[in-house]
Amino acid sequence: MLRGTPFHPRTAALCQAHNWRRWAGYIVAGSYELLHDREYFAIRTAAALIDVSPLYKYRVTGPDAERFLNRLIPRDMARCAVHQVLYTPWCDQAGKIIDDGTLSRLDADAFRLTAAEPNLRWLQDVAAGLDVTIEDITEALAALALQGPTSREILQRISDVPLDDLGFFRLTHARVAGIPATISRTGYTGDLGYELWVEAAHAVALWDGLVEAGAAYGLMPAGMLALDVARIEAGLPLIDVDYIPANKALIEERKSSPFELDLGWTVKLDKGPFVGRQALVAEKERGPGWQFQGLEIAWDSIERLYADAGLPPGLPTTAWRTSVPVYSGGEQVGYATSGCWSPILKQYIALAHLRSGWAGPGTRLEMEVTVEHRRKRADARVVKKPFYDPPRKRAVETAP
Amino acid sequence: MKRKDYDAVIVGGGHNGLVNAAYLARAGLDVLVLERRPVLGGAAVTEEIHPGFQYSVCSYVVSLLRPEIIQDLELARHGLEILPLESTFTPLPNDDYLVRWADHDQTRRELYRHSPRDAEAYDEFGKLMVQLAMAVKPILGMAPPDPGSMRPGNLAKMARLGRHFRGLGSEKLAALVKLMTMSSADYLDEWFETEALKATMAASGIIGTFLGPRSPGTAYVLLHHYIGEIDGAFRAWGFARGGTGAVSEAIASAARGLGTEIRTEASVERILSKDGRAVGVALESGEEIRARLVVSGLDPKRTFLGLLEPDELPPEFVDSIRRFRMRGSSGKVNLALAELPDFTALPGVGPHLRGAMSISPSVEYLERAYDDAKYGEFSRRPYMDIVIPSMIDPSMAPPGKHVMSIFVQYAPYALNGGWDDERREAFGDTVIDTLCRYAPNVRDAIIHRQVLTPADMEETFGLTEGNIFHGELSLHQLFFLRPAPAWANYRTPLANLYQCGSGTHPGGGVCGAPGRLAAQQILKEHRP
Repeated sequence: MLRGTPFHPRTAALCQAHNWRRWAGYIVAGSYELLHDREYFAIRTAAALIDVSPLYKYRVTGPDAERFLNRLIPRDMARCAVHQVLYTPWCDQAGKIIDDGTLSRLDADAFRLTAAEPNLRWLQDVAAGLDVTIEDITEALAALALQGPTSREILQRISDVPLDDLGFFRLTHARVAGIPATISRTGYTGDLGYELWVEAAHAVALWDGLVEAGAAYGLMPAGMLALDVARIEAGLPLIDVDYIPANKALIEERKSSPFELDLGWTVKLDKGPFVGRQALVAEKERGPGWQFQGLEIAWDSIERLYADAGLPPGLPTTAWRTSVPVYSGGEQVGYATSGCWSPILKQYIALAHLRSGWAGPGTRLEMEVTVEHRRKRADARVVKKPFYDPPRKRAVETAP
Repeated sequence: MKRKDYDAVIVGGGHNGLVNAAYLARAGLDVLVLERRPVLGGAAVTEEIHPGFQYSVCSYVVSLLRPEIIQDLELARHGLEILPLESTFTPLPNDDYLVRWADHDQTRRELYRHSPRDAEAYDEFGKLMVQLAMAVKPILGMAPPDPGSMRPGNLAKMARLGRHFRGLGSEKLAALVKLMTMSSADYLDEWFETEALKATMAASGIIGTFLGPRSPGTAYVLLHHYIGEIDGAFRAWGFARGGTGAVSEAIASAARGLGTEIRTEASVERILSKDGRAVGVALESGEEIRARLVVSGLDPKRTFLGLLEPDELPPEFVDSIRRFRMRGSSGKVNLALAELPDFTALPGVGPHLRGAMSISPSVEYLERAYDDAKYGEFSRRPYMDIVIPSMIDPSMAPPGKHVMSIFVQYAPYALNGGWDDERREAFGDTVIDTLCRYAPNVRDAIIHRQVLTPADMEETFGLTEGNIFHGELSLHQLFFLRPAPAWANYRTPLANLYQCGSGTHPGGGVCGAPGRLAAQQILKEHRP
């Protein structure tokens, strides 16, 4: 049966909308209120609590832990200090992405890896012959994201370590509301924010501590609908939506390499051997066939298409997750996989896979929109991701 | 009264004979179907053996029925309704259990309980099987070429096959070769560690064969079962509303609608031939029916060794048919129950009773069951595949009562000392004893019990040696070797005699493909 997360006693009581969504065999709130708008604005203008416990979590320890991870991921583990966190994809032998997540270096030879899909078998297979222990700690560990401009102040009120100098993608161990927790300055919103990792048994107490501390700072719980808008604004890809994991894809065309997903920056080809390196060297040489870019859909174009049908401009009220054709002239040159109206940017945005010749920033394209049952094409422009990138995301001084 | 001559007379009103008749009639042929029994469907029948209780006497689930047949013959309009069989429940002797549910998350969590690795391997295995099923599916949809023939049509087909296999890529080709050569136990060992999971999956590799899970070649039959699809979804099993006989009834209704004449209790005694051509059939009653074409839906042994004299066929061909392996290995027990089984491993009435229940706790259990059969005994602890159709379709039993269908393997046709009433009941007792180890209340809940041994299946349904697939589904009897080399294209050495039963490509199961492919071959040669 589907389960609630360790925070379920609290989230269930708050979820007025009752629109529970599935996530990795758990149920999580789509939104708490009937409309998700306030939850979204909490992420961008105050602070939001987001239950991310369903993430798969693996603890990797042992003398060969670093060696193993260096073999697993394309990023360079030599450049990962203790208490540093890396965002990373990992690939199969053909250099196609299996999954992506964050890798936290808790200690010299102790790591925690998050994943969107179950990966224990793959991790064990890659670790064959190495002195490393891999534990599935998904159920044992609760995870709560505290995201938004006031998140630092809220968290500081109930934490026993200073947070002002905790850098972006760094972590610290602390007591939060008296509960032993790991705080990482990470998140899926592209904003200032933290993720808190605690034993499942302490989940409810942590929630209560944060809610109490956050009352004066506009804190509210946010569900998946609000998170989806925020992550599109941040240009972050979502598995099974923006890409299909290589080990699940029925046909080759459905797989993506890091280069094709705009994650080339995570690939360190000169660091030594890792799974998929050879294929990625070859791909880099010939250049990837696809790129994953941002699209801005022109407002006046949308307005005109709707006006032609006698309607006011129609915009998506929630983020969409379907494949939408993208054209250049008469030719389909790609497809968008996620899109939304960005309330903070006042811009219709989408994430799209584009053939390399049509992926340069500034390229004029068209995206299919359905207006009053008819397929139309709206003007769109290729832009660099992220769409939204406030300085506070990385800043180490106290947020304004 | 002048007797009418038909374009085609079909011997046997099983599902393949009916499919064949419907397609021929659709093309404008004047078709007559002759069925020996009072009910249509052959081994795909529903019968009220005990008042108020409808038994799917032999065949009991639907999956392989080809979607194109459902479309072409408009079977939905003719009353075919396939209800989902959602899960597979394997109770274990230690009172634990394993269930594979319809829901992916739920199955994953359940598998995880037994082995986190298996929970992940299961998805990848499923993906590979779907890919391989896709790869094999076109083969199921074509009349096999004869690799030895240089006729242009044949060469073109061989070339198409060659291209098809080259296009698979090395990874899938390797997997396919492994499937063709390995035992299902060895193949599954490469993927999984949970015994109950391996055994329950391996079981589908041995159904209807006289082989054990450790016999090479059984891995391919695993795939054969993955090829089953409902509404385009691979590996979906269903249950026909009204029992499996309802599938036959729907096909018969379609055939009648297309102008086919169907006669029951019309037992064909001989195929009539003249100058090396089939010209009609003679019934047991003495009646003779003339037709331009004769199509047999019976198994190859009954068709060629039973309905024709040896001197009407080439000796080499007769020899091939003699050597075609039947070796029935399974029995069937149908129960009328006053109450539902209460499994000690998962007590009470739950969703697990709506799916299949599999007595297959370990690969060793299955292999031991085979050991008994190898030496001429029925299994002391048999593999059993159980469904309770009345859980899904209340019309199968009186309110509050139930029917249970138990497929049992192994029950060798060649039982030491032969089958008789006493051995049949002993076999039935073994099945009930085995089931009661997992659900003890069944014994006292039985209102009526029907036990079918391979000998009964031969006697009642005309399945030679009780083989439910009209011949074993082992590699040496598939594709261009089914039922005999050079005669896999539904033709026979006797001109104007065709075969359309499960003994031809692609084989058994309620799939209808032999009937359809045979009709296509016939229509190529005999346009109305």
